[in-house]
Amino acid sequence: MATIDTHQHGAPSTGPSTGFDSRPYHERYKAASHFRDREHEFDAVKMGVWLFLSTEVLLFSGMFVAYAVLRFLHPEAFVNGSHYLDRIPGLANTIVLLLSSYTIASAVRNAQLGQFGKLKLNLLITNLCAIAFLLIKFIFEYGPKIAQGKLPGKLFHYPGAHDPSEPLWWGIYWAATGIHATHVIGGIIMISWLLVRANKRHFGPTHYTAIEGVALYWHIVDIVWIFLFPLLYLIH
Amino acid sequence: MATPHTHDQHASHGHGHGGYDPHGSYLAAKGGMLTTIRDWATTIDHKKIGVMYLVAILFMFFLGGMFALAIRAEMAVPTTLQNGVIHGQLFQSGDDIAKGNNIYNRVFSLHGIIMVFLVIVPSVPASLGNFFLPLLIGAKDVAFPRLNLASWYIYLTGSVFAVIALVMGGVDTGWTFYVPYSTMTEEGHLKVVWMILAAFILGFSSIFTGLNFVVTVHKLRAPGMGWFDMPLFVWGIYATSIIQVLATPVIGITLLLLIFERLFNIGVFDPRMGGDPVLFQHFFWFYSHPVVYVMILPGMAIISEIIAVHSRKQIFGYRAVAFSSLAIAGIAFIVWGHHLFTSQGEVASVIFSALTFLVAIPTAVKVFNWITTLFRGSIALTTPMLYALGFLFTFSIGGLTGLFLGALSTDLHLHDTYFIVAHFHYVMMGGTIIAFIGGIHHWWPKMFGKMYNELGGKIGFWLVFVGFNLTFFPQFILGTQGMPRRYASYDIVNNPGFTFIHQLSTAGSGILALGMFVHLFVFLHSLVMGRKAAANPWGGLTFEWTHASSPPIEHNFEHEPVCTHGPYDYDDIVPANTKPGEFVLPTPSPAGARHH
Ligand code: HEM
Ligand SMILES: [Cu+2]
Repeated sequence: MATIDTHQHGAPSTGPSTGFDSRPYHERYKAASHFRDREHEFDAVKMGVWLFLSTEVLLFSGMFVAYAVLRFLHPEAFVNGSHYLDRIPGLANTIVLLLSSYTIASAVRNAQLGQFGKLKLNLLITNLCAIAFLLIKFIFEYGPKIAQGKLPGKLFHYPGAHDPSEPLWWGIYWAATGIHATHVIGGIIMISWLLVRANKRHFGPTHYTAIEGVALYWHIVDIVWIFLFPLLYLIH
Repeated sequence: MATPHTHDQHASHGHGHGGYDPHGSYLAAKGGMLTTIRDWATTIDHKKIGVMYLVAILFMFFLGGMFALAIRAEMAVPTTLQNGVIHGQLFQSGDDIAKGNNIYNRVFSLHGIIMVFLVIVPSVPASLGNFFLPLLIGAKDVAFPRLNLASWYIYLTGSVFAVIALVMGGVDTGWTFYVPYSTMTEEGHLKVVWMILAAFILGFSSIFTGLNFVVTVHKLRAPGMGWFDMPLFVWGIYATSIIQVLATPVIGITLLLLIFERLFNIGVFDPRMGGDPVLFQHFFWFYSHPVVYVMILPGMAIISEIIAVHSRKQIFGYRAVAFSSLAIAGIAFIVWGHHLFTSQGEVASVIFSALTFLVAIPTAVKVFNWITTLFRGSIALTTPMLYALGFLFTFSIGGLTGLFLGALSTDLHLHDTYFIVAHFHYVMMGGTIIAFIGGIHHWWPKMFGKMYNELGGKIGFWLVFVGFNLTFFPQFILGTQGMPRRYASYDIVNNPGFTFIHQLSTAGSGILALGMFVHLFVFLHSLVMGRKAAANPWGGLTFEWTHASSPPIEHNFEHEPVCTHGPYDYDDIVPANTKPGEFVLPTPSPAGARHH
């Protein structure tokens, strides 16, 4: 078998290896040594992110299957349940998330075009939207529900229930929205990390892998909500 | 990319002693004790991570094995009540049979949980897969080395959670966590939650490893290596990884719902609240049937390597073997209902039964191809080869008895009896573990640069093989006669014949354990005083043998390999009637030539 000499692999674009390199990080950035170059690394990371997102989709599919089966078994409980939900905060949250999906997609574009100011602004708006989502959720939904005793399973003590299976509906509601909210919190942490790095000028036209990955994740979080909203709030 | 520059022969790099040497063995210490520990704990070298997994998995195997021996000890003698006094084994004492039964429930649950989630699922991919997948495709590392390290720590965290549950008194749910056992027993106690969380966390470790491998195989193959130039080990691990990525999230959500069910009784699986316990079984097996192929595919992958290398033959039907891995991975997702023949609807059972038989086809394709490969090969009866032959025997029994269980009418009788226990031990232990031990021997010289003692290895093999069959074959007979699984004793008055068969099985487990200790001793002996291994002791043709020294250097290869021939092109390359280790590969000399 033949061999290729690894030592010849330093890509020419990586610049002088000695002395102080004054170029910004995203230009200085070299791929990890087991990749050929930045593009090779970018492709691999992107594939990894897509695979990870497919696991997220499957995780939520399990949730949706449980929803479908139980709805089939207890249609009345689910119809009653959806009447108890407040559509206004639900709709507000849908709009907030859609907006944030737009801003994070713009952030990717800003990085590609080297618009550093806009990049930071868009990331910031995305994060504020994410926080707004949680605030709306807790202040206008979770808070009142907890106060009224519309809680899952054995914690349920709402006196006005019409159907004996209603605790079950609340179980599904809390599990589904709770797992989704946890993903939003995960998103906030990651976007904050992007903001810190954007501040240090880590991203630019040649290096924006992390933004692309987090953006894809954030779109999935958004899409899951787009499914949850009608299933829980709208269908009777 | 720079122009490929090919050498026929490359000079060995001289290197000094002492201090850190990037061309030295990956095992070389980089400093004192503390530095070494820190180095291992923070390493992103796939080889070191593989070795750490190997050690952890073998330790867990030991732990699970101790529980197994306890189970067999308990079953050696039935529990009887004479004049108000209990006569029984191990767990039965005093005057309270329920107490002993309770302990027994915990012991078999812990055995199952440890063996499935902490041993067999990660076993081959996380240890040998981590170490050899990059080497076999000529890569310097897996695609995401830091994620790899993270998944190792996630595995450790999951193990710690399991141990905490164990220390809190253990769980009696069985490894399947069926409701209501997992939601109602010992209500208010948190240990079941710890155990379920352990399985949940281990799932992430499994997903990240799988994801890493899929990307590695897609993106990091050496120049010139097309999909059909990949060694079959790589195909097997690739198919496994796909299942891990696609099936594990489902158990993730299932276990989360189960935790909510246990803590808040949300009702999804609880009929009193309007939920459905059978839904749990569907969810569980939608993951856990595919996962039995996560367990066996890597085992089959090892067997392909061993058989080709130790009989120096081109694998018969390379593409058929490769595609059958993918076929198995695909079919794995549509047969889960065969675990619910007694709990789901009849129509569903008929459909799932028919689908189940499909699995037998790609499985048989593999077995026939291996056997045909052996035909007229120059078979070297080394320890790895013995294990491969042992695998063909035991795995075939395991697979064929699966067909009995896939047929509705027979399964209604055999379900939940010792026949099931025997079936899945023949596939999991007789398949995966046997292949795993064979694989460790096969790659031992490469991993640690030392040869093991061949005689010791063979003695170990025979003890394991005889012990295994003696332990589990009698259980088929017990099962057909109606001995139920998961019971601490049986009705001795109506089944006097059970005792002898149970005792055979218990005796077998002792021999099996002895064999394992022989292997342990042989490994330790090799590490301390083993002969130095050549770069290519078996005369293999894949990169890890031809282009890496034993043990490999930190960056795997001195020079990035280029794929110029198939992984098993023995007919073109190796002269007939050559003994393994005697023939020198044509060009170039292996990267580790300087070692001898
Ligand atoms: C030809 C291939 C196979 C067929 C047709 C098959 C079929 C079956 C069936 C129908 C059952 C359910 C029996 C019952 O509970 O009544 C079963 C149980 C089981 N099988 Fe297989 N099987 C095959 C291969 C495997 C492999 C390769 C593994 C693992 C490496 C495996 C592991 C198991 C386990 C763990 C159980 C029992 C789970 C439990 O209830 O605790 N099987 N098999
Ligand atoms: Cu199955």
